[in-house]
Amino acid sequence: MRLIPKEVETLWTLFTAPVVWIAHFLVCYIGAAIYCAKPELVGLSFSAVRAGIAAATVIALSLIALSAWLAWRQWGFGTDDPPHDDPTSRDRSLFQGFATLLLSGLSFIAVIFTAMPALFLTECIR
Amino acid sequence: MGRYFSLSAASLLLASGHAGARSVLEPVGEEAQQIAVLFWVMLSGGALIWLGVVALLLHAALFKRHGMNERSASRIILWGGVVFPSVTLCALLAYALWLMPGLRPFTQAMGSTALRIEITGRQFWWEVVYHPPQGPPVTSANEIRLPVGERVELTLKSADVIHSFWIPPLGGKMDMIPGRTNRLSLLATKPGAFRGPCAEYCGTSHALMAFSAVAMEPEAFRSWLAGQANPAESAGASGGALFLRHGCGSCHFVAGTDARGLIGPDLSHLGSRITVGAGILPNTEDAIARFIARPELIKPGSRMPAFDMLPPDDIRAIAAWLRGLQ
Ligand code: HEC
Ligand SMILES: [Cu+2]
Repeated sequence: MRLIPKEVETLWTLFTAPVVWIAHFLVCYIGAAIYCAKPELVGLSFSAVRAGIAAATVIALSLIALSAWLAWRQWGFGTDDPPHDDPTSRDRSLFQGFATLLLSGLSFIAVIFTAMPALFLTECIR
Repeated sequence: MGRYFSLSAASLLLASGHAGARSVLEPVGEEAQQIAVLFWVMLSGGALIWLGVVALLLHAALFKRHGMNERSASRIILWGGVVFPSVTLCALLAYALWLMPGLRPFTQAMGSTALRIEITGRQFWWEVVYHPPQGPPVTSANEIRLPVGERVELTLKSADVIHSFWIPPLGGKMDMIPGRTNRLSLLATKPGAFRGPCAEYCGTSHALMAFSAVAMEPEAFRSWLAGQANPAESAGASGGALFLRHGCGSCHFVAGTDARGLIGPDLSHLGSRITVGAGILPNTEDAIARFIARPELIKPGSRMPAFDMLPPDDIRAIAAWLRGLQ
Protein backbone atom coordinates (compact mmCIF):
# COMPACT_ATOMS: atom_id res chain seq x y z
CA MET A 1 0.00 0.00 0.00
CA ARG A 2 1.24 3.47 -0.82
CA LEU A 3 1.23 6.20 1.78
CA ILE A 4 0.15 8.79 -0.71
CA PRO A 5 -2.29 7.61 -3.35
CA LYS A 6 -1.14 7.94 -6.92
CA GLU A 7 -4.06 10.04 -7.98
CA VAL A 8 -6.58 12.00 -5.91
CA GLU A 9 -9.71 12.73 -7.85
CA THR A 10 -11.57 15.07 -5.49
CA LEU A 11 -12.18 18.78 -5.23
CA TRP A 12 -11.19 18.74 -1.53
CA THR A 13 -7.47 18.77 -2.19
CA LEU A 14 -7.94 22.27 -3.60
CA PHE A 15 -8.74 23.59 -0.12
CA THR A 16 -6.06 21.77 1.86
CA ALA A 17 -3.58 24.66 1.96
CA PRO A 18 -6.11 27.42 2.82
CA VAL A 19 -7.56 25.19 5.55
CA VAL A 20 -4.09 24.74 7.03
CA TRP A 21 -3.65 28.51 6.84
CA ILE A 22 -6.95 29.04 8.71
CA ALA A 23 -6.06 26.49 11.37
CA HIS A 24 -2.60 28.01 11.88
CA PHE A 25 -4.08 31.50 12.11
CA LEU A 26 -6.61 30.43 14.74
CA VAL A 27 -4.06 28.49 16.77
CA CYS A 28 -1.69 31.50 16.86
CA TYR A 29 -4.24 34.20 17.59
CA ILE A 30 -6.46 32.30 20.00
CA GLY A 31 -3.46 30.83 21.78
CA ALA A 32 -1.80 34.21 22.27
CA ALA A 33 -5.11 35.81 23.29
CA ILE A 34 -5.79 33.19 25.94
CA TYR A 35 -2.26 33.37 27.24
CA CYS A 36 -2.27 37.16 27.47
CA ALA A 37 -5.70 37.30 29.12
CA LYS A 38 -4.97 34.61 31.71
CA PRO A 39 -1.24 33.85 31.93
CA GLU A 40 -1.74 32.10 35.28
CA LEU A 41 -4.19 29.67 33.66
CA VAL A 42 -1.58 28.46 31.18
CA GLY A 43 1.33 28.79 33.57
CA LEU A 44 3.99 29.15 30.89
CA SER A 45 6.31 31.97 29.96
CA PHE A 46 5.85 34.08 26.86
CA SER A 47 8.83 32.32 25.26
CA ALA A 48 6.83 29.10 25.47
CA VAL A 49 4.05 30.81 23.55
CA ARG A 50 6.55 31.91 20.91
CA ALA A 51 7.99 28.40 20.72
CA GLY A 52 4.45 27.05 20.30
CA ILE A 53 3.83 29.45 17.44
CA ALA A 54 7.14 28.40 15.88
CA ALA A 55 6.16 24.72 16.09
CA ALA A 56 2.70 25.38 14.66
CA THR A 57 4.32 27.33 11.85
CA VAL A 58 6.77 24.55 10.96
CA ILE A 59 3.92 22.00 10.91
CA ALA A 60 1.68 24.27 8.83
CA LEU A 61 4.43 25.08 6.31
CA SER A 62 5.27 21.37 5.92
CA LEU A 63 1.63 20.46 5.30
CA ILE A 64 1.32 23.26 2.76
CA ALA A 65 4.54 22.18 1.06
CA LEU A 66 3.18 18.65 0.84
CA SER A 67 -0.06 19.93 -0.63
CA ALA A 68 1.96 22.00 -3.11
CA TRP A 69 4.00 18.96 -4.16
CA LEU A 70 0.84 16.90 -4.71
CA ALA A 71 -0.61 19.76 -6.72
CA TRP A 72 2.53 20.04 -8.78
CA ARG A 73 2.30 16.34 -9.51
CA GLN A 74 -1.37 16.66 -10.44
CA TRP A 75 -0.39 19.51 -12.75
CA GLY A 76 2.00 17.13 -14.45
CA PHE A 77 5.09 18.88 -13.04
CA GLY A 78 4.46 21.82 -15.31
CA THR A 79 4.75 20.00 -18.61
CA ASP A 80 1.62 21.71 -19.93
CA ASP A 81 1.00 25.43 -19.91
CA PRO A 82 -2.25 27.00 -18.80
CA PRO A 83 -5.01 27.79 -19.64
CA HIS A 84 -6.34 24.29 -19.20
CA ASP A 85 -9.74 25.05 -20.64
CA ASP A 86 -10.58 22.14 -22.91
CA PRO A 87 -13.69 20.22 -21.86
CA THR A 88 -11.70 17.09 -21.09
CA SER A 89 -11.11 15.30 -17.85
CA ARG A 90 -7.35 15.67 -18.38
CA ASP A 91 -7.62 19.44 -18.60
CA ARG A 92 -9.92 19.56 -15.61
CA SER A 93 -7.36 17.67 -13.58
CA LEU A 94 -4.48 19.89 -14.77
CA PHE A 95 -6.51 23.00 -14.04
CA GLN A 96 -7.24 21.82 -10.53
CA GLY A 97 -3.60 20.95 -9.97
CA PHE A 98 -2.45 24.37 -11.12
CA ALA A 99 -5.08 26.20 -9.01
CA THR A 100 -4.11 24.14 -5.96
CA LEU A 101 -0.46 24.99 -6.53
CA LEU A 102 -1.21 28.72 -6.63
CA LEU A 103 -3.38 28.52 -3.51
CA SER A 104 -0.59 26.65 -1.74
CA GLY A 105 1.83 29.45 -2.60
CA LEU A 106 -0.55 32.06 -1.25
CA SER A 107 -1.16 30.08 1.94
CA PHE A 108 2.57 29.56 2.44
CA ILE A 109 3.26 33.30 2.40
CA ALA A 110 0.19 34.00 4.55
CA VAL A 111 1.32 31.56 7.23
CA ILE A 112 4.72 33.25 7.36
CA PHE A 113 3.07 36.69 7.72
CA THR A 114 0.82 35.38 10.47
CA ALA A 115 3.75 34.06 12.43
CA MET A 116 6.06 37.05 11.98
CA PRO A 117 4.85 39.10 14.99
CA ALA A 118 6.12 36.30 17.24
CA LEU A 119 9.63 37.08 15.99
CA PHE A 120 9.50 40.61 17.37
CA LEU A 121 7.11 40.63 20.31
CA THR A 122 8.58 39.43 23.57
CA GLU A 123 5.68 40.09 25.94
CA CYS A 124 1.95 40.65 26.01
CA ILE A 125 1.33 44.25 25.04
CA ARG A 126 -1.80 45.81 26.44
CA MET B 1 -24.94 90.84 26.86
CA GLY B 2 -24.91 90.00 23.19
CA ARG B 3 -21.19 89.60 23.01
CA TYR B 4 -21.27 86.63 25.36
CA PHE B 5 -23.39 84.84 22.85
CA SER B 6 -21.44 85.21 19.67
CA LEU B 7 -19.13 82.38 18.83
CA SER B 8 -16.73 83.95 16.43
CA ALA B 9 -14.67 81.85 14.12
CA ALA B 10 -11.76 84.14 14.89
CA SER B 11 -11.65 83.14 18.54
CA LEU B 12 -11.78 79.49 17.58
CA LEU B 13 -8.83 79.90 15.26
CA LEU B 14 -7.01 81.89 17.88
CA ALA B 15 -7.53 79.19 20.45
CA SER B 16 -6.28 76.39 18.26
CA GLY B 17 -3.35 78.45 17.01
CA HIS B 18 -2.47 79.31 20.56
CA ALA B 19 -1.79 75.75 21.58
CA GLY B 20 0.55 75.14 18.65
CA ALA B 21 -1.13 72.98 16.03
CA ARG B 22 2.00 71.09 15.00
CA SER B 23 1.62 68.19 12.64
CA VAL B 24 2.79 64.59 12.80
CA LEU B 25 5.53 65.52 10.36
CA GLU B 26 7.26 67.80 12.88
CA PRO B 27 7.75 65.26 15.65
CA VAL B 28 9.08 66.27 19.06
CA GLY B 29 8.46 62.94 20.73
CA GLU B 30 10.18 59.58 20.32
CA GLU B 31 7.03 57.72 19.26
CA ALA B 32 6.02 60.38 16.73
CA GLN B 33 9.60 60.41 15.41
CA GLN B 34 9.46 56.70 14.60
CA ILE B 35 6.05 57.05 13.02
CA ALA B 36 7.25 59.99 10.91
CA VAL B 37 10.21 57.93 9.65
CA LEU B 38 7.84 55.07 8.85
CA PHE B 39 5.69 57.52 6.92
CA TRP B 40 8.59 58.81 4.84
CA VAL B 41 9.83 55.29 4.12
CA MET B 42 6.35 54.25 2.97
CA LEU B 43 5.89 57.42 0.93
CA SER B 44 9.20 57.19 -0.90
CA GLY B 45 8.84 53.43 -1.43
CA GLY B 46 5.34 53.91 -2.76
CA ALA B 47 6.48 56.75 -5.02
CA LEU B 48 9.31 54.63 -6.45
CA ILE B 49 7.00 51.71 -7.18
CA TRP B 50 4.45 54.03 -8.74
CA LEU B 51 7.10 55.59 -10.98
CA GLY B 52 8.29 52.11 -11.96
CA VAL B 53 4.79 50.98 -12.88
CA VAL B 54 4.10 54.15 -14.88
CA ALA B 55 7.44 53.84 -16.68
CA LEU B 56 6.62 50.24 -17.58
CA LEU B 57 3.20 51.29 -18.79
CA LEU B 58 4.63 54.06 -20.99
CA HIS B 59 7.28 51.71 -22.29
CA ALA B 60 4.65 49.15 -23.24
CA ALA B 61 2.31 51.73 -24.76
CA LEU B 62 4.87 53.73 -26.71
CA PHE B 63 7.70 51.42 -27.69
CA LYS B 64 6.50 47.84 -27.56
CA ARG B 65 4.96 47.29 -30.96
CA HIS B 66 5.06 43.51 -30.80
CA GLY B 67 3.75 41.12 -28.20
CA MET B 68 6.13 39.37 -25.88
CA ASN B 69 6.74 35.68 -26.12
CA GLU B 70 4.96 33.64 -23.49
CA ARG B 71 8.10 32.58 -21.64
CA SER B 72 9.32 36.07 -20.86
CA ALA B 73 5.77 37.24 -20.10
CA SER B 74 5.42 34.48 -17.51
CA ARG B 75 8.78 35.38 -16.10
CA ILE B 76 7.73 39.00 -15.69
CA ILE B 77 4.55 37.91 -13.93
CA LEU B 78 6.46 35.58 -11.64
CA TRP B 79 9.15 38.09 -10.60
CA GLY B 80 7.20 41.33 -10.83
CA GLY B 81 3.83 40.02 -9.71
CA VAL B 82 4.67 37.38 -7.15
CA VAL B 83 8.22 37.50 -5.86
CA PHE B 84 8.68 41.28 -5.71
CA PRO B 85 5.42 42.08 -3.88
CA SER B 86 5.86 39.18 -1.45
CA VAL B 87 9.40 40.18 -0.55
CA THR B 88 8.50 43.90 -0.31
CA LEU B 89 5.47 43.24 1.88
CA CYS B 90 7.50 40.91 4.04
CA ALA B 91 10.17 43.57 4.55
CA LEU B 92 7.58 46.27 5.33
CA LEU B 93 5.79 44.00 7.78
CA ALA B 94 9.06 43.16 9.49
CA TYR B 95 9.94 46.85 9.77
CA ALA B 96 6.54 47.76 11.28
CA LEU B 97 6.62 44.83 13.69
CA TRP B 98 10.16 45.69 14.68
CA LEU B 99 8.94 49.19 15.65
CA MET B 100 6.11 47.91 17.81
CA PRO B 101 7.88 46.97 21.05
CA GLY B 102 9.52 50.41 21.06
CA LEU B 103 6.18 52.13 20.65
CA ARG B 104 4.70 50.22 23.58
CA PRO B 105 7.53 49.82 26.05
CA PHE B 106 5.88 48.43 29.15
CA THR B 107 8.56 46.16 30.48
CA GLN B 108 9.56 45.97 34.11
CA ALA B 109 12.05 48.74 33.31
CA MET B 110 9.30 51.31 33.59
CA GLY B 111 8.15 50.00 36.93
CA SER B 112 6.75 52.40 39.48
CA THR B 113 9.37 55.10 39.04
CA ALA B 114 7.57 56.67 36.12
CA LEU B 115 4.88 59.29 36.19
CA ARG B 116 1.50 57.89 35.21
CA ILE B 117 -1.24 60.10 33.86
CA GLU B 118 -4.77 58.75 33.83
CA ILE B 119 -6.96 60.38 31.19
CA THR B 120 -10.68 59.75 30.87
CA GLY B 121 -12.55 60.89 27.79
CA ARG B 122 -16.03 62.34 28.33
CA GLN B 123 -18.47 64.04 26.02
CA PHE B 124 -16.81 66.50 25.31
CA TRP B 125 -13.84 67.01 27.60
CA TRP B 126 -10.97 65.17 29.27
CA GLU B 127 -10.47 64.34 32.92
CA VAL B 128 -6.77 64.21 33.79
CA VAL B 129 -5.30 62.68 36.95
CA TYR B 130 -1.53 62.72 37.57
CA HIS B 131 -0.12 59.85 39.61
CA PRO B 132 3.43 60.89 40.49
CA PRO B 133 5.72 58.13 41.84
CA GLN B 134 5.58 59.89 45.21
CA GLY B 135 2.81 61.96 46.67
CA PRO B 136 -0.95 62.01 46.23
CA PRO B 137 -2.70 62.10 42.84
CA VAL B 138 -3.40 65.50 41.29
CA THR B 139 -6.60 66.11 39.33
CA SER B 140 -6.94 68.49 36.41
CA ALA B 141 -8.77 68.64 33.09
CA ASN B 142 -8.39 69.48 29.42
CA GLU B 143 -4.65 70.00 29.62
CA ILE B 144 -1.82 67.51 29.87
CA ARG B 145 1.64 68.49 30.98
CA LEU B 146 4.62 66.21 30.85
CA PRO B 147 8.33 66.43 31.55
CA VAL B 148 10.75 66.50 28.61
CA GLY B 149 13.13 63.54 28.36
CA GLU B 150 11.19 61.28 30.72
CA ARG B 151 8.99 58.42 29.67
CA VAL B 152 5.43 58.92 30.84
CA GLU B 153 2.77 56.25 30.97
CA LEU B 154 -0.75 57.21 30.00
CA THR B 155 -3.74 55.11 31.03
CA LEU B 156 -6.65 55.89 28.76
CA LYS B 157 -10.30 55.33 29.65
CA SER B 158 -13.71 56.51 28.61
CA ALA B 159 -16.77 57.28 30.70
CA ASP B 160 -19.31 57.18 27.88
CA VAL B 161 -18.52 56.47 24.22
CA ILE B 162 -15.34 55.71 22.29
CA HIS B 163 -12.92 58.63 22.08
CA SER B 164 -9.38 58.58 20.79
CA PHE B 165 -6.33 60.19 22.30
CA TRP B 166 -3.77 61.82 20.03
CA ILE B 167 -1.02 64.39 20.37
CA PRO B 168 0.21 64.49 16.75
CA PRO B 169 3.78 65.73 17.35
CA LEU B 170 4.28 63.43 20.37
CA GLY B 171 2.49 60.16 19.63
CA GLY B 172 -0.76 58.20 19.48
CA LYS B 173 -3.47 57.67 18.42
CA MET B 174 -4.93 55.32 20.97
CA ASP B 175 -8.62 54.68 21.41
CA MET B 176 -10.36 55.27 24.75
CA ILE B 177 -12.95 52.52 25.06
CA PRO B 178 -15.66 52.29 27.75
CA GLY B 179 -14.91 49.45 30.16
CA ARG B 180 -11.30 49.10 29.04
CA THR B 181 -8.00 50.62 30.05
CA ASN B 182 -5.61 51.24 27.19
CA ARG B 183 -2.02 52.19 27.75
CA LEU B 184 0.20 54.53 25.82
CA SER B 185 3.69 55.66 26.52
CA LEU B 186 5.17 58.98 25.42
CA LEU B 187 8.58 60.55 25.58
CA ALA B 188 8.74 64.23 24.66
CA THR B 189 12.10 65.36 23.33
CA LYS B 190 11.58 69.13 23.23
CA PRO B 191 9.56 71.59 25.28
CA GLY B 192 6.52 73.16 23.66
CA ALA B 193 2.76 73.45 23.66
CA PHE B 194 0.68 71.35 21.29
CA ARG B 195 -2.92 70.70 20.46
CA GLY B 196 -4.42 67.23 20.92
CA PRO B 197 -7.70 66.57 19.13
CA CYS B 198 -10.17 63.81 19.91
CA ALA B 199 -9.56 61.40 17.02
CA GLU B 200 -12.72 59.28 17.08
CA TYR B 201 -16.17 60.67 16.35
CA CYS B 202 -17.93 60.81 19.72
CA GLY B 203 -21.00 63.00 19.24
CA THR B 204 -22.21 66.43 18.20
CA SER B 205 -19.26 68.38 19.56
CA HIS B 206 -16.58 65.85 18.69
CA ALA B 207 -14.75 68.41 16.54
CA LEU B 208 -14.76 70.77 19.53
CA MET B 209 -13.17 68.25 21.87
CA ALA B 210 -9.48 68.90 22.18
CA PHE B 211 -6.87 69.57 24.83
CA SER B 212 -3.57 71.31 25.12
CA ALA B 213 -0.44 69.33 25.77
CA VAL B 214 2.57 71.05 27.29
CA ALA B 215 6.02 69.50 27.41
CA MET B 216 8.10 71.21 30.10
CA GLU B 217 11.65 70.99 31.42
CA PRO B 218 11.60 68.38 34.23
CA GLU B 219 12.37 70.90 37.00
CA ALA B 220 9.67 73.29 35.86
CA PHE B 221 7.28 70.39 35.52
CA ARG B 222 7.87 69.19 39.05
CA SER B 223 7.35 72.58 40.63
CA TRP B 224 4.25 73.08 38.48
CA LEU B 225 2.84 69.73 39.64
CA ALA B 226 3.60 70.55 43.27
CA GLY B 227 1.70 73.82 42.82
CA GLN B 228 -1.27 71.98 41.33
CA ALA B 229 -1.47 69.77 44.39
CA ASN B 230 -2.42 72.76 46.54
CA PRO B 231 -5.51 74.98 46.32
CA ALA B 232 -5.05 78.13 44.24
CA GLU B 233 -5.48 81.61 45.66
CA SER B 234 -7.67 83.91 43.64
CA ALA B 235 -8.52 87.54 44.22
CA GLY B 236 -12.17 88.47 43.82
CA ALA B 237 -13.53 86.30 46.62
CA SER B 238 -17.03 87.53 45.75
CA GLY B 239 -16.78 85.52 42.52
CA GLY B 240 -15.99 82.45 44.59
CA ALA B 241 -19.05 83.00 46.77
CA LEU B 242 -21.24 83.48 43.70
CA PHE B 243 -19.82 80.28 42.17
CA LEU B 244 -21.04 78.35 45.20
CA ARG B 245 -24.34 80.25 45.53
CA HIS B 246 -25.34 79.55 41.92
CA GLY B 247 -24.76 75.84 42.32
CA CYS B 248 -21.69 75.43 40.12
CA GLY B 249 -20.16 73.36 42.90
CA SER B 250 -22.63 70.56 42.34
CA CYS B 251 -20.83 69.70 39.12
CA HIS B 252 -17.37 71.25 39.52
CA PHE B 253 -14.58 70.64 41.98
CA VAL B 254 -12.50 73.56 43.19
CA ALA B 255 -9.86 72.60 45.75
CA GLY B 256 -10.01 74.53 49.00
CA THR B 257 -13.69 75.43 48.59
CA ASP B 258 -16.99 73.68 49.18
CA ALA B 259 -17.30 72.96 45.45
CA ARG B 260 -17.02 69.18 45.32
CA GLY B 261 -18.91 68.20 42.17
CA LEU B 262 -17.42 65.53 39.92
CA ILE B 263 -19.66 65.78 36.86
CA GLY B 264 -17.75 68.53 35.05
CA PRO B 265 -14.07 69.42 34.72
CA ASP B 266 -12.02 70.16 37.84
CA LEU B 267 -11.65 73.95 37.92
CA SER B 268 -9.13 74.20 40.79
CA HIS B 269 -6.48 75.75 38.57
CA LEU B 270 -8.50 76.80 35.56
CA GLY B 271 -6.64 80.10 35.29
CA SER B 272 -3.32 78.37 34.61
CA ARG B 273 -4.55 76.46 31.55
CA ILE B 274 -3.90 77.56 28.00
CA THR B 275 -7.45 77.04 26.77
CA VAL B 276 -11.01 76.92 28.06
CA GLY B 277 -13.82 74.60 27.02
CA ALA B 278 -11.54 71.66 26.15
CA GLY B 279 -9.10 73.26 23.76
CA ILE B 280 -11.44 75.56 21.86
CA LEU B 281 -11.33 79.04 23.45
CA PRO B 282 -8.40 81.17 24.57
CA ASN B 283 -8.25 81.41 28.35
CA THR B 284 -9.57 84.94 28.91
CA GLU B 285 -12.18 86.25 31.33
CA ASP B 286 -14.34 87.07 28.38
CA ALA B 287 -14.23 83.55 26.97
CA ILE B 288 -14.94 82.01 30.37
CA ALA B 289 -17.93 84.34 30.80
CA ARG B 290 -19.25 83.41 27.35
CA PHE B 291 -18.90 79.73 28.13
CA ILE B 292 -20.76 80.05 31.45
CA ALA B 293 -23.63 82.01 29.90
CA ARG B 294 -24.35 79.85 26.82
CA PRO B 295 -22.17 76.74 26.62
CA GLU B 296 -24.39 75.13 24.00
CA LEU B 297 -23.68 77.99 21.60
CA ILE B 298 -19.99 77.28 21.86
CA LYS B 299 -20.32 73.53 22.21
CA PRO B 300 -23.60 72.01 21.00
CA GLY B 301 -24.62 68.96 23.03
CA SER B 302 -22.45 69.89 25.99
CA ARG B 303 -23.54 68.64 29.44
CA MET B 304 -22.94 72.06 30.96
CA PRO B 305 -26.26 73.92 31.41
CA ALA B 306 -26.64 77.56 30.31
CA PHE B 307 -26.48 80.22 33.02
CA ASP B 308 -27.55 83.24 30.99
CA MET B 309 -30.37 83.86 33.47
CA LEU B 310 -27.77 85.06 35.97
CA PRO B 311 -27.05 88.80 36.17
CA PRO B 312 -24.18 89.59 33.76
CA ASP B 313 -22.22 91.11 36.62
CA ASP B 314 -22.36 87.82 38.53
CA ILE B 315 -21.09 85.96 35.49
CA ARG B 316 -18.25 88.48 35.10
CA ALA B 317 -17.31 88.14 38.76
CA ILE B 318 -17.29 84.34 38.57
CA ALA B 319 -15.25 84.43 35.36
CA ALA B 320 -12.71 86.80 36.93
CA TRP B 321 -12.43 84.55 39.98
CA LEU B 322 -11.98 81.40 37.86
CA ARG B 323 -9.38 83.13 35.69
CA GLY B 324 -7.52 84.01 38.88
CA LEU B 325 -7.27 80.37 40.01
CA GLN B 326 -3.75 79.94 38.73
C1 HEC C 1 -24.88 69.99 35.42
C2 HEC C 1 -23.51 70.11 35.77
C3 HEC C 1 -22.85 71.47 35.64
C4 HEC C 1 -23.15 72.63 36.29
C5 HEC C 1 -24.29 72.88 37.29
C6 HEC C 1 -22.15 73.60 35.89
N1 HEC C 1 -21.29 73.04 35.01
FE1 HEC C 1 -19.70 73.94 34.18
N2 HEC C 1 -19.33 72.28 33.07
C7 HEC C 1 -20.04 71.11 33.14
C8 HEC C 1 -19.54 70.20 32.15
C9 HEC C 1 -20.04 68.79 31.88
C10 HEC C 1 -18.49 70.87 31.49
C11 HEC C 1 -17.65 70.35 30.31
C12 HEC C 1 -18.29 70.85 29.05
C13 HEC C 1 -17.56 70.42 27.80
O1 HEC C 1 -16.44 70.89 27.60
O2 HEC C 1 -18.11 69.61 27.07
C14 HEC C 1 -18.38 72.17 32.11
C15 HEC C 1 -17.41 73.11 31.73
C16 HEC C 1 -17.25 74.31 32.39
C17 HEC C 1 -16.17 75.23 32.12
C18 HEC C 1 -15.02 75.02 31.14
C19 HEC C 1 -13.98 74.19 31.85
C20 HEC C 1 -12.68 73.98 31.14
O3 HEC C 1 -11.93 73.09 31.59
O4 HEC C 1 -12.37 74.64 30.17
C21 HEC C 1 -16.33 76.29 32.96
C22 HEC C 1 -15.45 77.50 33.07
C23 HEC C 1 -17.52 76.05 33.74
N3 HEC C 1 -18.05 74.81 33.37
C24 HEC C 1 -18.04 76.89 34.69
C25 HEC C 1 -19.24 76.68 35.36
C26 HEC C 1 -19.84 77.65 36.22
C27 HEC C 1 -19.25 79.00 36.56
C28 HEC C 1 -20.99 77.10 36.68
C29 HEC C 1 -22.03 77.74 37.58
C30 HEC C 1 -22.56 78.99 37.13
C31 HEC C 1 -21.09 75.77 36.11
N4 HEC C 1 -20.00 75.56 35.31
C32 HEC C 1 -22.11 74.88 36.36
C33 HEC C 1 -21.06 70.81 33.99
C34 HEC C 1 -21.68 71.74 34.82
CU1 LIG D 1 -14.29 62.55 21.87
